[in-house]
Amino acid sequence: MGRLGRLPAWVELALLPGLNLGLALLLSGLVVILLGEDPLAAVRLLVYGAFGYGEAVGYTLFYATNFILTGLAVAIAFHAGHFNIGGEGQAYVGGLGLTLAALGLGHLPGILSIPLAVAGAALFGGLWALVPGWLYARRGSHVVITTIMMNFVAAALMTYLVVNVLIKPGQQIPESDIFAESVWLPPLAPLLAITGLDLGRAPVNLCLILALACCVGFAIFVWRSRPGYELRVAGQSEPAAVYAGIPPARVTMLAMTISGALAGLLAVNEILGSQHRLVLGFTGGYGFVGIAVALMGRNHPFGIVLAALLFGALYQGGSELAFDMPKISRDMVVVIQGLVILFAGALEHLFRPALEAVFLRPATGR
Amino acid sequence: MDGLWLQALLLTDSTVRLATPLVFCALAGLFSERAGVVNIALEGKMLGGAFAAAAAAAVTGSAWIGLLAGIGFACALALVHGFATITHRGEQVVSGVAINIMVAGLGPTLADAWFGQAGRIPLPGASARFAPIELPGAAALAHVPVLGSVYAEVVSGHNLLVYAAVLAVPTVAWLVGRTRFGLRLRAVGESPAAVDTAGVSVEALRYRALLVAGVLCGLAGAYLSIAQNAGFIRDMTAGKGYLALAALIFGKWRPVPAVLACLLFALADAVQVRLQGTPLPGVGTIPTQLIQAVPYLLTILLLAGFVGRAVAPRALGQPYVKER
Amino acid sequence: MPAPAVELRGITKRFGPVVANDRVDLTVQAGSIHGIIGENGAGKSTLMNILYGYYQADAGTILVDGTTRRIDRPVAAIRAGIGMVHQHFMLVEPFTVLENLLLGAEGGPLLAPGSSRLRAELARLSREYGLEVDPDARVGELPVGLQQRVEILKALCRGARVLILDEPTGVLTPQEADDLFRILAGLRDQGRTVLLITHKLREIMAITDRVSVMRGGRMVAHRETAATTREELAELMVGRKIQLRPDKRPTRPGAPVLEVRDLEVLDDRGVRRVKGVSLTVRAGEIVGIAGVAGNGQSELLEAIAGIRAPAAGEIRLAGRRLEPGAEGRQAGLGHVPEDRLRMGLVTSFAAAENVILGYQRRPDYCAAGLLRRTRIVETCARWLDRYDIRPRAPGLPAHAFSGGNQQKLVLARELEHDPSLLLVGQPTRGVDIGAIEFIHGQLVAMRDAGKALLLVSVELDEILALADRILVMFDGHLVGELAAAEAEERRIGLLMAGVGAEAA
Repeated sequence: MGRLGRLPAWVELALLPGLNLGLALLLSGLVVILLGEDPLAAVRLLVYGAFGYGEAVGYTLFYATNFILTGLAVAIAFHAGHFNIGGEGQAYVGGLGLTLAALGLGHLPGILSIPLAVAGAALFGGLWALVPGWLYARRGSHVVITTIMMNFVAAALMTYLVVNVLIKPGQQIPESDIFAESVWLPPLAPLLAITGLDLGRAPVNLCLILALACCVGFAIFVWRSRPGYELRVAGQSEPAAVYAGIPPARVTMLAMTISGALAGLLAVNEILGSQHRLVLGFTGGYGFVGIAVALMGRNHPFGIVLAALLFGALYQGGSELAFDMPKISRDMVVVIQGLVILFAGALEHLFRPALEAVFLRPATGR
Repeated sequence: MDGLWLQALLLTDSTVRLATPLVFCALAGLFSERAGVVNIALEGKMLGGAFAAAAAAAVTGSAWIGLLAGIGFACALALVHGFATITHRGEQVVSGVAINIMVAGLGPTLADAWFGQAGRIPLPGASARFAPIELPGAAALAHVPVLGSVYAEVVSGHNLLVYAAVLAVPTVAWLVGRTRFGLRLRAVGESPAAVDTAGVSVEALRYRALLVAGVLCGLAGAYLSIAQNAGFIRDMTAGKGYLALAALIFGKWRPVPAVLACLLFALADAVQVRLQGTPLPGVGTIPTQLIQAVPYLLTILLLAGFVGRAVAPRALGQPYVKER
Repeated sequence: MPAPAVELRGITKRFGPVVANDRVDLTVQAGSIHGIIGENGAGKSTLMNILYGYYQADAGTILVDGTTRRIDRPVAAIRAGIGMVHQHFMLVEPFTVLENLLLGAEGGPLLAPGSSRLRAELARLSREYGLEVDPDARVGELPVGLQQRVEILKALCRGARVLILDEPTGVLTPQEADDLFRILAGLRDQGRTVLLITHKLREIMAITDRVSVMRGGRMVAHRETAATTREELAELMVGRKIQLRPDKRPTRPGAPVLEVRDLEVLDDRGVRRVKGVSLTVRAGEIVGIAGVAGNGQSELLEAIAGIRAPAAGEIRLAGRRLEPGAEGRQAGLGHVPEDRLRMGLVTSFAAAENVILGYQRRPDYCAAGLLRRTRIVETCARWLDRYDIRPRAPGLPAHAFSGGNQQKLVLARELEHDPSLLLVGQPTRGVDIGAIEFIHGQLVAMRDAGKALLLVSVELDEILALADRILVMFDGHLVGELAAAEAEERRIGLLMAGVGAEAA
């Protein structure tokens, strides 16, 4: 028997996630006390470090761009009923596609080479995710496990390629040759300088616009389009999909490919927009943050943007914090991230019974 | 010939060392997954165990107190895992990921704040560490061909936790196969409703399974930080928890095959360390990264049914809700 | 007079806002078979699950053998001498029979001593009650009848003096059911007490000594079985006079719509479940397939619907050969699936999103790859009205509707797309009697409008009420065909059990 009563929308969409987030931050505060620092002072430093001046905002937005993309990647797979933990590996391999295109097409004008490099990132990321998708669809292997395994395979592959193949000749540092400047994605700082906002040397770039466009596209695709409808049907109930003439295998492969492509776009922000060369480990765990972002954002682009901003602020503010408070290291941000996943994801129903007791009163009869 | 024999002995020896944490972790995974709880958090619990063991050993100078602390912290993480997945029926994979990420940050953060060593915890002296144990007669027998050298090089000279891992294998196999706890454990991963209606608490049983897994993860972590190595460094598990999970799946959720898979993966690792760019006759240099990827590739192939078929416990991953 | 074996006083149980049991009283005499009858959702199973300690009552007391007992867990019920055979068996399929009996009754931390003790106990019970079963067989490989036997043995091995059976005959042939009743009678004669939950009047009349009737969570009547009638019980169950069969004029079938030839279908495990079935359904007739659950009807229906690829044979719809996939709907096939919650609906989706399930590619609902939302919601609202589906809220998720209203939603979708052939599986499973009348009426109206209907149901009464022609399926074969006029329950029952196929 289904639950007859439902919580009001504002409770479901704002209060409940708010309580979860609040508890995660409260516990983070306790850890700060454990480290021997004042949590309120830490919060002040963190907020200032993230939003206090133009360059800080620029960095916050730069990190947020990464998290929007990896958050969307996790979310689209969720809608199709799969848990893609492989965003990290997909982004990494996406960087390979982007680098090959950027190095190979550096002689073309940017208007041509940039879109092709972006496409290269999406294509390689998508194909890397298609492997687990295909394995699930055709052979029934569990996506969670295969995507984890593919992360390790990606790391090994990329290390080999960077160290042995793509490394700039005559150099010891494991990174590729720098790209031609025509392929660099323009930064937003000069653009926003016109409006009087000084972003300093913050690497936030056009990829932010791309990420926001992906959000709009995501919403239209998932809730307004027929393929999106079919994807959600298959994600909710495979038998219902088969009944409705929707092949779940094809949906899985499509969803995983889109998911991997979105994760692959992380390389556009990190490499094409900021580092301009392929660097070992450029994904920096952002693929895993996508899980937290998607869970907190409840797999909706609007929520994902908000959650990405929060995590962007944590990352940027966190590094300032680590600088000012010697007892707090940057790893503290990772702790907070873990706590958010715990409370927003695994313990999302913690407060539900209490809220239901408050907002739903028992009725008699049926 | 003699040189080759010695090479083989040394390879076997390092395989045993590398397999030890995998064996503990895979057996830990076995308890929780046979009880129906997906344990992607092996990595985090092991890392947490390694951190706590090193921290306690560094402060007290006692390896034994370190071991207890490692086990205690891993069990505390197991309780968090259980609270989320059993009591609140949260998504099991998500809570596992949460624990892994939280611990990955917590270890270096606390190490920094408490020991001021950039995310590391070094051990103060020999007593804070489990030292290799020379078995009786090892030196005397070392010259006896074959058996003697095997005894001296491979059997003797490991630390206590390696021998504990060896003992753990038959113990776990017996526990799962021949005892009341084992019977209930196997049942609850297949059909929790049958266990419930038989008058046995599903929740208590799953908590117990997670706690046993916590003890084993603590042993694995302590092995890393206060036995195999002398201290904690950030991310020192380096994916071993996932590798153990892969071994568990590879062993089809049964104790002895899972341990054999651990040995296989450890062997690949040992070979990779030994080769390190040395060209093989007729093959040329094998990239170390390829050998590193082998266990993961094998697991993917197994899951895809290209090498045998692995059937998971039926209730794996599903929180138990009384039907209504 | 000895104390009653079980006495329930004022049992109340709520699930969220729903009151499943409302101040229920019940007295069960020792050494009797006591039936509890009621519609789906009347609260019978909830009540028995409370007695077994699987759920806890919000109020009320339980007395066993005259003393108040606190039964808050199954283990407390087991200690009080109460055993239960659930509707869905509570067995561990990869375990052997013995291991299943052992679970929860190990008798010590090691398995070996308990195993030998139970093996002896099992042999004794087998002899005494004729409950024979191989202790070393894997339970998952046993036929359902034997699995049920294992469930009964489980209860007896734990010393149950009161045995509760929840809808025990749903998966049995009438003959297997008779076997079960013989065993239950044997248990009663040995002084044990049996509580039988069912919604089948036939079983109440056949085996019980006393019967209690539940409706809407309340206990509405207690009767001596000998002193009541089917009609009285049916009225008590529903609370008003009901029409057990819809009005139906004889039909004049037209041209063949569905033709199935030599169809072979495998199930998910690769076992052959449909073995060379041929059948024809004509326009303007309802063909009913009777059979015990699990004899290949589900697979047959799924194959015709294009959900399951046949291994051999052909399916023709209006002369055109059908291949597996979505094209059946294009060719005019509608399908009310057996399992509406898994297949017929996406329960987390709004009602409006559910009315296009399977039809999402129609230009009515989708243009240039985008869904036409306004139109979809309007369509849904219209159908909620026409089929009296409550509440009238196209935005409400399907799981918030009752079972009957969910089924009407599926029916609306499949009927309103005007199919020439309608496949119907278990149309009234888990549906209240009011909705059953409505659904049956709609199906007959479809037939009268000249459509072809193929009905699969494990409820023989439903087949008898609706079908113009009855096919009986046993072990993957069609073993008999009867015109509605000549159909008689006993004969169909024998065919369903695989007896007298030649004579039919």
